[in-house]
Amino acid sequence: MAKAAAKKTAAAASPSVERRPALAGRSTAATGAKVEVLPPADRISLRAPEASIAALSKALGVTLPKKPKTSATKAGRTALWLGPDEWLVIDEAGNDPLTDCAAVSALHSAVGISHRNIAIAVTGAGAAATINAGCPQDLSLDAFPVGAASRTILGKAEIVLLRNAPDAFRVECWRSFSDYVFTFLSEGSRDAAV
Amino acid sequence: MLLIRCPYCEEERPELEFRNAGEAHIARSANISGESDDDFEKFFFIRSNPKGIIYERWRHMHGCARFFNAVRDTVTDKFIMTYKAGEPKPSKLPGVAK
Repeated sequence: MAKAAAKKTAAAASPSVERRPALAGRSTAATGAKVEVLPPADRISLRAPEASIAALSKALGVTLPKKPKTSATKAGRTALWLGPDEWLVIDEAGNDPLTDCAAVSALHSAVGISHRNIAIAVTGAGAAATINAGCPQDLSLDAFPVGAASRTILGKAEIVLLRNAPDAFRVECWRSFSDYVFTFLSEGSRDAAV
Repeated sequence: MLLIRCPYCEEERPELEFRNAGEAHIARSANISGESDDDFEKFFFIRSNPKGIIYERWRHMHGCARFFNAVRDTVTDKFIMTYKAGEPKPSKLPGVAK
């Protein structure tokens, strides 16, 4: 009884809107590869026809890439090409891209997915081998250079992969898949070290 | 693992990213409620299921998510070519006799 009462006061003290990011702060370090959960970011899923790209690029402050498997970054904001009319925009500087899109009158669909995704950083010499534990794409620097981005799969879960540096990747996955993806990558990092 | 060329991503990607979506070039009638039962049956249920060259719809599910068409040999399981959705059936297939 006392325990329940204590719980109640604790709940009342902290507001109900408290944000609890999935897997916050978790990380695994193996020889050659480190897997860690990145802090929350603002994200939108953007769909737009060819004619709206220029106006949206101007409003977002980053040129939406038109080439498959590419991305563009400017001032903490990254636009990833997912499909011929689809982009994932990630903002790590704390400015919600959704508000920037709201001012654009050109035809487009922008959906806030900040809380749907979580990001995991895979870094180190064994980063590519770690992701290849469950991802069938060719991650050699020739086929997947720095800045390359693609939606793909990891084991049974869909991920969005972005290469930040020759030995650093950002893995975006759905929040509900995050435990699976993180554990998969952790196992992969241990295997990559062998 | 098979590598399938996605015409939207403009490169070959592993088959795990793709889903088959049935036979291609089956046009839905503009007046579906006016179709006779026999015609509807043909449109809805009857597929060619050939031994050899088949035209199929595929979807790059875990990639660009676009539907496209592919020509595949059902005997060898080899993809002969792929082309964007909406494009006409190719009249000439690369590397195929006849």
